[in-house]
This record gives sequence, structure tokens and C-alpha cells, in this order.
Amino acid sequence: MKLVTAIIQPHRLDSVRQALTDIGINGLTITEVRGYGRQKGHTEIYRGAEYTISFTPKLKIEVALADDRVDDAISAITQAARTGKVGDGKIFVFELLAAQRVRTGETGDDAL
Amino acid sequence: MINAADTAWMLTSTALVLLMTLPALGLFYGGLVQAKNILSVLVQCTAVAAMCSILWFAFGYSLSYSGDGDWLGDGAAFFLGNLARDTVRPGTHIPESVYVMFQMTFAVITPALIIGAYVERIRFAAVLLISALWLLIVYAPVAHWVWGGGWLAKMGVMDFAGGIVVHVTAGVSALVIAWMIAPRHEFPHGIRPPHAPWMVMVGASLLWVGWFGFNAGSAVSSGADAGMAMLATHLSAASATLAWMAIEWIKFGKPSLVGAVTGTIAGLATITPAAGVAGPLGAVLLGVAAGCVCYVAVWAVKRVMRVDDALDVLGVHGVGGAMGTMLLPFVSLAGAGGGHLNHAVGPQLQAQAIAVLAVALFSAIATFVITKLADRLVGLRVNLEHETQGLDFATHGETGYHVNR
Repeated sequence: MKLVTAIIQPHRLDSVRQALTDIGINGLTITEVRGYGRQKGHTEIYRGAEYTISFTPKLKIEVALADDRVDDAISAITQAARTGKVGDGKIFVFELLAAQRVRTGETGDDAL
Repeated sequence: MINAADTAWMLTSTALVLLMTLPALGLFYGGLVQAKNILSVLVQCTAVAAMCSILWFAFGYSLSYSGDGDWLGDGAAFFLGNLARDTVRPGTHIPESVYVMFQMTFAVITPALIIGAYVERIRFAAVLLISALWLLIVYAPVAHWVWGGGWLAKMGVMDFAGGIVVHVTAGVSALVIAWMIAPRHEFPHGIRPPHAPWMVMVGASLLWVGWFGFNAGSAVSSGADAGMAMLATHLSAASATLAWMAIEWIKFGKPSLVGAVTGTIAGLATITPAAGVAGPLGAVLLGVAAGCVCYVAVWAVKRVMRVDDALDVLGVHGVGGAMGTMLLPFVSLAGAGGGHLNHAVGPQLQAQAIAVLAVALFSAIATFVITKLADRLVGLRVNLEHETQGLDFATHGETGYHVNR
């Protein structure tokens, strides 16, 4: 099992969700996060004074997957989240040691 | 004799002016600070309003509006001891109780305006002490000088609704306190932007409406003067809003909400002294001047003087009020609808200038002494840990926004 973590532009969430649903992946968790990468931050101007926003708002998506679904998921997220501009985000893949569904007690791939 | 129409309008105006502090100024200022300090601003506005109301009842009204000395009223109306139910305020046709209450709402909002200078770092005890002393030592005498028959009134100085009494006193004092309390520790480059621009707009809009009571109420009657004052007030606010927005649009490519509503307040502060003499065209011209000049003033205080007058009390209110006071002799002449000056234009301008300079100087010196005293007695600043944590929790034990709960 793998845990796919993607940092994306907040406004791409709906298309990413649709893309994952389209390939049969049901269920993901999102967190509102802030951070910076190559995009750095941006500046905002209030009453003529510039304020530096060094951490840009992003969404973190987490999806737990069976090993054979990982490549599909990555390409679905990539296509759906991409705008072509700096700041589109990154995808990280982690080994997932165990999973258990709380209601039934199922474990492993059955729990996903 | 009590006139029912005048009294009805003054009761209405009084309610409108209190609305300017609670909640309008609280929302206007609260949206401009960081999320961790929103409640501290609201507490400060509420506490100052309550405390200054009691002080006005006890001492302030008497010091401003009882007696006709050059420098200060007398003690005859302390604790409103002689205020009978049917007493008529001399020179008006309204009950004195209504006049006391109307003027009380001005005594409430003026110290509250200064809050914008020291937010996000001041001790709450210092807020109370400075506001109380300031009301009695700065506001009450100046109100007497200009509106209570004191030396500036005798000189023929014109200040319809408080360009000098409210905005110059508050603006200059704000600068002095901001300078003495020192900048917030992240100033100028690490300061976080306003946490809720929408709240700034709601506050500014309520101020805009409340200002109809402030200015048209200052006619202390419900006739032609009140009507023209309301029209002038609205036109100045509208044109200043557009002027500020245009400047930002040209300069930065984007017209911002916070900028537009800051222009609104600049236009309102600027028309305040002149609302009794400006006609519609004069008000529009004054509003355009307000948007342009206050924009530059805000920039100059923060970036040139490098004083952390956090929410631009001097740049918006002080400069606006002073400018309106100085331009008043000219706008009375612009277009139709202008009112009468006390003197010819030249001598009137001279009297206005003397008033602005004298009041600014007096406010600065008195505020310096008051702030020094407050520093000695209770200390001005919270410690760095509390400043970083935010005053909401550190000072008041509350949190403005509970997310996910």
C-alpha cells in the first residue's frame, strides 16, 4: 500500500476530485495548508503599503491506495491539478505500513 | 422652547453617532488588525465608550459646556446635578438632556479614534488611563474653546462638526502615542496584512451612515442646515472613495476594497468641519482633495516619519480634519448652497489656521504628558511574548476565531 500526498492549488480541488473519482478512487482527505516552493510568496497592497505573504495557501490531499493504483492516481492528479504556472504543487508517495477500517475491522487493501 | 422636530432629529442623530463607535469603529479597526488581536480592539472600543460616557456625565460635559470662560467651562454641571427634565439647552430648541447625550457620543468616539494608533501592543490598563485623562485634559478644553464659547469661538473659528475638536485632536495625539509606545516589533516589513477586509468595509459603511448624525446632527436643528450638511457629507464621502480608488488603480493596477473605504473615511473626516458651509459642489471638491491628500499622508507617516500609527489615525483623520478646516473658507464659495462665513475669506482662513495650530500643539504636549504618566503608573506595552501571542488571549483570555469547533 502507498500513501499519495499531493500539494495542489486550492482552486484545482474539484477537478482533482473528479479525476480520481473517474478512475474509481473513492475517498480522500484534504487539509488547508500554507507553504512556499519556487513560487515563493506574493505581495498584497493595503493603503499603499506592500505586505509580503511568504506562505501561500495550498491544499494537501492524502489518498491511501493499493500499490497497483498508484501510477494511475499520480497521472490523474497531475493532469487535473496542472495549470502550467509556477505553484502548481508536488506529489509525494510514501510506503503505507498498515490500514484498518474502523467500522468493520477490515485490514490491508480491503480497508482502502 | 422645546421644538419637537429638532428634538426628534437630535435623538436620531445621537443614536447614529453612538453607532459610529459601537460597532462601526470597532469593526473598521478590528478588520485591519491581525486575527489574534480582533477582540482586543473590540474590547477597547466598548470599554472606552462606557468609561467616557460616565466621565462625560461626571465632569466632561460641565468642563466643556457649562460657563463661558475663555479656557475651560466651570464645575456647575458636574454630575449633571442641576439637569431638570424640562431644561432647554440655551441657544437651541432641544432639551438639555438630549444635548448632553448628543455631545456625549462625540466624547466617546474621539478617544476611541486614537485606539487605531496603538493597537496590537498596548496594555489594557494604559488604554483606560490614557483615554480617561485625555478626555478630561485634551478633549473637554478644546470642545470648550471651539464649541463651548471659549477663546476660539470668540475669534470666530468655524468647526461645524469636529474637524478640529475631534479629528485634529485625535490625529495628533495618535501620532504622539504611537511614537512614544514604539512600533510593533515586526514594523515595518514583517507586519501582517489586515485579517478581514470585509469587516473593514462593514465598519466603514456604518461609519458613513452614522456620520449623517455626526454632521447633520451638528446643526442642532432639523432644518435647512441639517439637510445641506447631510448632502455635503454624502457627496464628500463618495468622491473621496472614488479618488482613493482611482489612485490605487493607476498606481498598482488593482482597485482595493480597503483602499476604497479608507477613502470614504478620509472624505467624511474632511467634510466634517465644513459641512455647515459647503454646498454640493464644494463638498465634491473637498472629497477629491481628501482622497488624494490623505493617501499621501498615510504613506508619509509610515514610510517617511516611520511612526507605527498602526491604523493611520493621523493620516486619515488628523490630516483630513485639518485640511477641511483650512479649506472651509474656500469651499463656502464653490457653487451654490454655500453657507455664511464669520469673517471675510482672508481673516477666516487666518482664524482657522490659528485654531488648527494651537489645538495641534496643545494636543501634542498634553498627550505627551498623559502618556508619560501612564507609562510610569501602569506601563504602556505588553511584553514581547504576549504581543506575539496576540492580545485577545494574552490580555482578555478569549480567542476570536475557533476553527473546526
